[in-house]
Amino acid sequence: MEKKKKTMLLSALFMGLGQIYNKQYTKGIAFMLIELIALINIPKFLKALWGLYTLGEVKFHYVNGKAVFDHSIFLMLQGLISVLLLLLLIFLYVYNIKDARDNAEKIEHKKISIHDKIDKMFPFIVLTPGLLSLMFLILLPIIFTVLVAFTNFSAPYHLPPRNLVDWVGFENFKDLFKMDIWSTTLKGTIKWTITWAFLATFTSYFGGLFLAMLINSAEVKLKKFWRSIFILPYAIPGLISMLVMRLMFSGPGIINDIIERIGFPRIDWLTEPINAKIVLVLINLWLGAPYFMALMTSILTNISRDLYESADIDGATGFHKFFHITLPLVFYSTAPMIIMSFAYNFNNFMLIYAVTDGGPVNPEYRYAGHTDLLISWIYKMTLDQQQYHMASVVTILIFLMIAPIVAFTFTRTRSFKEEDLIQ
Amino acid sequence: MMFSKVEKKGLNTPLHKKKNSPKKIILKVFLYAFLIIHSIVVLFPVIWTIGSSLNPGDSLYSSTMFPKNPTFIHYKELFTKTDYPIWYMNTLKIAFMNMILSVILTSFTAYVLSRFKFKGKKLTLTAILVLQVFPSFLTLTAIYVLLMQLNLLNTHIGLVLFYAGAQIPGNTWIVKGYLDQIPRSLDEAARVDGASNFTTFTKIIVPLAKPIIVFLALTSFTGPWMDFIFQRLVLRTADKKTLAVGLLEMVTGQANTKFTTFAAGAILVAIPIVIIFTFIQKYIIEGLSAGAVKS
Repeated sequence: MEKKKKTMLLSALFMGLGQIYNKQYTKGIAFMLIELIALINIPKFLKALWGLYTLGEVKFHYVNGKAVFDHSIFLMLQGLISVLLLLLLIFLYVYNIKDARDNAEKIEHKKISIHDKIDKMFPFIVLTPGLLSLMFLILLPIIFTVLVAFTNFSAPYHLPPRNLVDWVGFENFKDLFKMDIWSTTLKGTIKWTITWAFLATFTSYFGGLFLAMLINSAEVKLKKFWRSIFILPYAIPGLISMLVMRLMFSGPGIINDIIERIGFPRIDWLTEPINAKIVLVLINLWLGAPYFMALMTSILTNISRDLYESADIDGATGFHKFFHITLPLVFYSTAPMIIMSFAYNFNNFMLIYAVTDGGPVNPEYRYAGHTDLLISWIYKMTLDQQQYHMASVVTILIFLMIAPIVAFTFTRTRSFKEEDLIQ
Repeated sequence: MMFSKVEKKGLNTPLHKKKNSPKKIILKVFLYAFLIIHSIVVLFPVIWTIGSSLNPGDSLYSSTMFPKNPTFIHYKELFTKTDYPIWYMNTLKIAFMNMILSVILTSFTAYVLSRFKFKGKKLTLTAILVLQVFPSFLTLTAIYVLLMQLNLLNTHIGLVLFYAGAQIPGNTWIVKGYLDQIPRSLDEAARVDGASNFTTFTKIIVPLAKPIIVFLALTSFTGPWMDFIFQRLVLRTADKKTLAVGLLEMVTGQANTKFTTFAAGAILVAIPIVIIFTFIQKYIIEGLSAGAVKS
């Protein structure tokens, strides 16, 4: 008992001391090195925290012909990285004390080979890259985006390195909802985004189901042949198909050539708002139906024949059989895919960007066209207009809309359910 | 089972209409008509692209689907007049590195998450997935600065590290779902025999998880072929450029003036991907349904 306290105190005093007292030299030295490095870097940490708080104070100017300035965004990110590293250090510090306590009692150390030691550490070694990338590639950028929503980081007056960026609180949120041009764009784009996500998912889901049922029906021979043709759009790299479609539907494209040859006038497929929207849904159907077809083929073949046969005896029509047997069963096993597909289409940036680029232009919108989804609007604000502050606000909105849907879906998947068995 | 089936069939025959009744023939005609029409809809863009790539001219206006004097000049031009070979090699390199790194990282992580217990695991798993929803390219600025700090801008390694790292959470979820189905008794037996965690994983789990690992390898190989957003951001010079960026610029850049060359380039990208896909189709379908509802 006494020893336990002593080791904990030692480790609390300086990381690794307790471990060395426990005669775990390698571990102890590793911990000590970590603390040493952290201590040496204290000035850097302080500078980074100052940067995060002030976002820089020195405005761009020349001293003896050399540019001197604080880059607000770099400061912000360095600050964030430091905060994450500090959290990691605190975690290690606490772990170090706990580890010292846990090992204090085992006075009689069995000689363990290095091989066994590594084996014991296996889960931690393996999880480290995942955790690090989660922290720095996912968490860090997200926090960064959220923070930007509370600054005035935008062209033309608040763009580093020429200018400093300031914290502005909820100004951007107010502007987005209150300023007419912003709120019109927001409302219009949200409406189209939801309509689009719904239509795109609905059409490709039932398109896929229809194709799967068609090939599955008893009358059709050469099932494998038809299936390999129909799956093709899923196999071809998406961007390629989208760019090809864009050209096919363009003014001088092949679709209009055919229409003209039949004797109708050429149609503005991509420059007329309604047409462009219809074309997008059709292209998405072409691209998306094969995925659902592939998924449903295996489900359909697994539905017991007996169900249909007993329905036949009861004199059920094909219509009846579809709505009371096929659809419920298929729907039950694909429900999470529908929701994921909805979330995917909600953010289907690639298709919009490659086919219409958000066009045709809508004069009532700011930085967005008729077919722009929230996500492609954000893209334009970020990469073309450099309105990072508003882009971040809209990002937060998207996240608030989609995250609950996804969380809900995933708690219903096999991966998650299995957890219950363990705990 | 067999018996009841036979019996029912016997009972059923009188109820059914005779084979080849007019109604059935009409149905069959409709079915096949639809199958053929749909095949045309699917194949049309493909054939059109192939036809266009064989046109002698340059522009979209003058090209026809079935050119009178087909030529392979654009394929030749791709290799002599554009940087296409460089783009192709760069893309292959990135895709290959990403495949190896992603498979190693993700399968190990999934194994640990599937087999080891620790505090707060469920919460972490949910958090990861919800955070995944955050649109990835909104992280552009942050990633840019991060790579700059690490001196990895304009390098393929930087891009691959980003790809492989960013895919861990989402893909781990899918792979873990698959590994959960492999009976635990198998690895416990191996451990009783004195196998380490590493050996248990490589000798017992990996062979059984082959379908999902193939799925993972394929998706991480094909992913980088078509992502232009991050590639444009990270890769700055012409010698680092990739197919996605190169092809996109051919079409959106100068009003379709290089249209036929684009078509040729597109075909050369699509062919290998489609071939790979056809060979491992069955793994893909298995992978897709790995995350499905527990039945």
